[in-house]
Amino acid sequence: MTVEHDNDAAAELLQQVEQALHDKLALRIQGGNSKAHLGRMTHGALLDTRVHRGIVSYDPTGLVITARAGTPLAELNAALDAAGQMLPCEPPHSEAGATVGGMLAAGLSGPRRPWTGSVRDYVLGTRIITGHGKHLRFGGEVMKNVAGYDVSRLMAGSFGCLGLLTEVSLKVLPKPRHSLSIALEISCERALLKLAEWGQQPVPISAASHDGQRLHLRLEGGEGSVTAAHDRLGGEPLDTAYWADLNAQRLAFFADPRPLWRLSVPPHTGPLSLPGEQLIDWGGAQRWLKSDADALIIRAIATQASGHASCHANCAQPFQPLAPALLRYQQSLKTQLDPQGIFNPGRMYAEI
Amino acid sequence: MNILYDERVDGVLPATDKPALLSALRAQMPELEILHSEEALKPYECDGLSAYRTTPMLVVLPRELEQVVTILRICHQQRVPVVPRGAGTGLSGGALPLEKGVLLVMARFNRILEINPAGRFARVQPGVRNLAISQAAAPHGLYYAPDPSSQIACSIGGNVAENAGGVHCLKYGLTVHNLLKIEMLTVEGECLTLGSDALDSPGFDLLALFTGSEGMLGVITEVTVKLLPKPQTAKVLLAAFDSVEKAGRAVADIIAAGIIPGGLEMMDNLAIRAAEDFIHAGYPIDAEAILLCELDGVEADVDDDCQRVRQVLQHAGATELRQAKDEAERVRFWAGRKNAFPAVGRLSPDYYCMDGTIPRRELPGVLQAIADLSIEYDLRVANVFHAGDGNMHPLILFDANQPGELDRAEALGGKILELCVKVGGSITGEHGVGREKINQMCAQFSSDELTLFHAVKAAFDPGGLLNPGKNIPTLHRCAEFGAMHVHHGQLPFPDLERF
Repeated sequence: MTVEHDNDAAAELLQQVEQALHDKLALRIQGGNSKAHLGRMTHGALLDTRVHRGIVSYDPTGLVITARAGTPLAELNAALDAAGQMLPCEPPHSEAGATVGGMLAAGLSGPRRPWTGSVRDYVLGTRIITGHGKHLRFGGEVMKNVAGYDVSRLMAGSFGCLGLLTEVSLKVLPKPRHSLSIALEISCERALLKLAEWGQQPVPISAASHDGQRLHLRLEGGEGSVTAAHDRLGGEPLDTAYWADLNAQRLAFFADPRPLWRLSVPPHTGPLSLPGEQLIDWGGAQRWLKSDADALIIRAIATQASGHASCHANCAQPFQPLAPALLRYQQSLKTQLDPQGIFNPGRMYAEI
Repeated sequence: MNILYDERVDGVLPATDKPALLSALRAQMPELEILHSEEALKPYECDGLSAYRTTPMLVVLPRELEQVVTILRICHQQRVPVVPRGAGTGLSGGALPLEKGVLLVMARFNRILEINPAGRFARVQPGVRNLAISQAAAPHGLYYAPDPSSQIACSIGGNVAENAGGVHCLKYGLTVHNLLKIEMLTVEGECLTLGSDALDSPGFDLLALFTGSEGMLGVITEVTVKLLPKPQTAKVLLAAFDSVEKAGRAVADIIAAGIIPGGLEMMDNLAIRAAEDFIHAGYPIDAEAILLCELDGVEADVDDDCQRVRQVLQHAGATELRQAKDEAERVRFWAGRKNAFPAVGRLSPDYYCMDGTIPRRELPGVLQAIADLSIEYDLRVANVFHAGDGNMHPLILFDANQPGELDRAEALGGKILELCVKVGGSITGEHGVGREKINQMCAQFSSDELTLFHAVKAAFDPGGLLNPGKNIPTLHRCAEFGAMHVHHGQLPFPDLERF
């Protein structure tokens, strides 16, 4: 814990935005820069959010934590851990420097995502410096809040293109009482069938990944349900470090030098024939792919499966192109919220 | 300050030519059912907020998607405001019609298009009732989690528009957490797909933005919801307390023990007595507060958690502790809570239901302040509280036939909502802003924040033709409202002209 480094730099950040608006110059928002591989290159003056850091409030029995955008994710997780709680969406923090703001801006969720929800699902409120140079608050620290438009959740996964996040309030949950990981020697095809079947039953799965040889499962809940599920499913015990390694992309699979792709597909999608090495996560809903095949080919496969593909290796077009009408409204939203286009222009799409 | 649409503060609406609109609609869609006579329009003059009524210019009841597209195109062309409506059960007047507007009723789109057990989703038309989805999924052991108390009648399109909640939100989330995809039409009649069959989709998360947008950004034409496996078992504990503070502390203790109940409800003495009188649920009528705690999941875990919660409640000073011994008793315990509104309705000719949320730690102070306000305004208030997620439903008892009582009830309600904002909460947890809380929006948000909301609206509906006047107040309305309610010793919009 680095409490002594807590610092409220909102005024300085606001000044930087005002300056950018005045000079009509773009800003490149950066936290720990741990997601540099994802998204397009964006040119602009560096705005480092890490000066604005620290946990503002944490009420464990209220299940809410509020932190400044530049707070290291590791610091947030340590505070939660000390109170027996967690961010259920398990955001990856492969680099030590990942920040809370970057977590929200990238909107990436870990292995638990299909069962407990995404980063966006845990957002309760945000503070944002807007493209009009105002520091505003949306949402708050309460679980239910339907006053006005849900600007806070819109920020999740927007890669800083709609405004500068300065503070986030997140819902947190107690850690499960028991956790047990197992590996089953079954084929990928059979694993996907079984996962679809278990999904319809109250089996306490909280992570499921297939590496081509084995199905890795994490069972979490009370002792009774975990033990009963283990008795039923059998399998070899698995070191729980597997999940952290998967989430941080430290498994051998990720060492392959070819570009990394993420295919997001409906959970019950069967085996996909992909041009490269693949690793199944999210119980089938997320397929990691190492491939140097043409982006068009990979995207066609994802689209065919009713999903989409994103390239995690500094591609020219990292995200799946949007339908023309949808792109138009997204541009329109960007123009309304950031009329001068100063926030991370082009980070997601050339047109946004 | 009156909440009915007032062009002086809510913005001038375009002048409309009813005969021209009618003939254009008829010419292009001879099959479309249109209501335009006074007696036919009458049933549509309000939604669940029945204290406020406005007769719409026209009501259209399309059955086909192409008809909705054409209606929107014609209205856009002729600059006629459109108010979308589902089942009309909303409590905040989100579907309150406009005299100069068309009421677009989507209730006839009531087909379940697909139940997919392997994919655990249901694809339905917007007029399908909330409960009908769970009923259709039940043969597969699945259900749709959000359960607003109107679930027998409310439709899923309205649930999406309002981001509806229910009694199980702490564990299972709101509507926004249980959606995969919506198909919608823009104000110009253009089709957009938001979200996808996968767990995420590229671009900005417009699905999150649209959920709870109260029909201001588009018209929902299809909804794909997530389905969950039904919990194996559910058990309910009932604990009585001799003070509301102790009950509030017990809630925090349950969470601190690492337990997230499926449902966690609190009622105060007036609500307990009303419910007991009506339902005979077996509630202890001398208790100052009761807690209902439902634990659901796999049998072994639920038994384990019940043990833990019993201990927590005993330590917290429960004067009585009961566990429903069978399904019949469980249903009876819940029946008292689920019928709390009509039960309170028996105590008084009218009641006004509030929907504020607060950080749970503020509960004792807020309840004391409500009790003080109740004395000040000379109106009784019964409190029903989704204790797990901080959503309060104070019920203000009044008699509309007594001169001045409705005004007093509304003023008291407004004070309660402002109190919620003051302690860091919100003026609405699940019922929506609609027209009902349009003035209190000025207390929750600054003029810059409201301006940003208007910018969001402009990105999708620059002409302001979709459900104008709902959800986000104009700065003029806030200036007028602020002139009457000085906020934190300052007028909220000192730089605005007043008239």
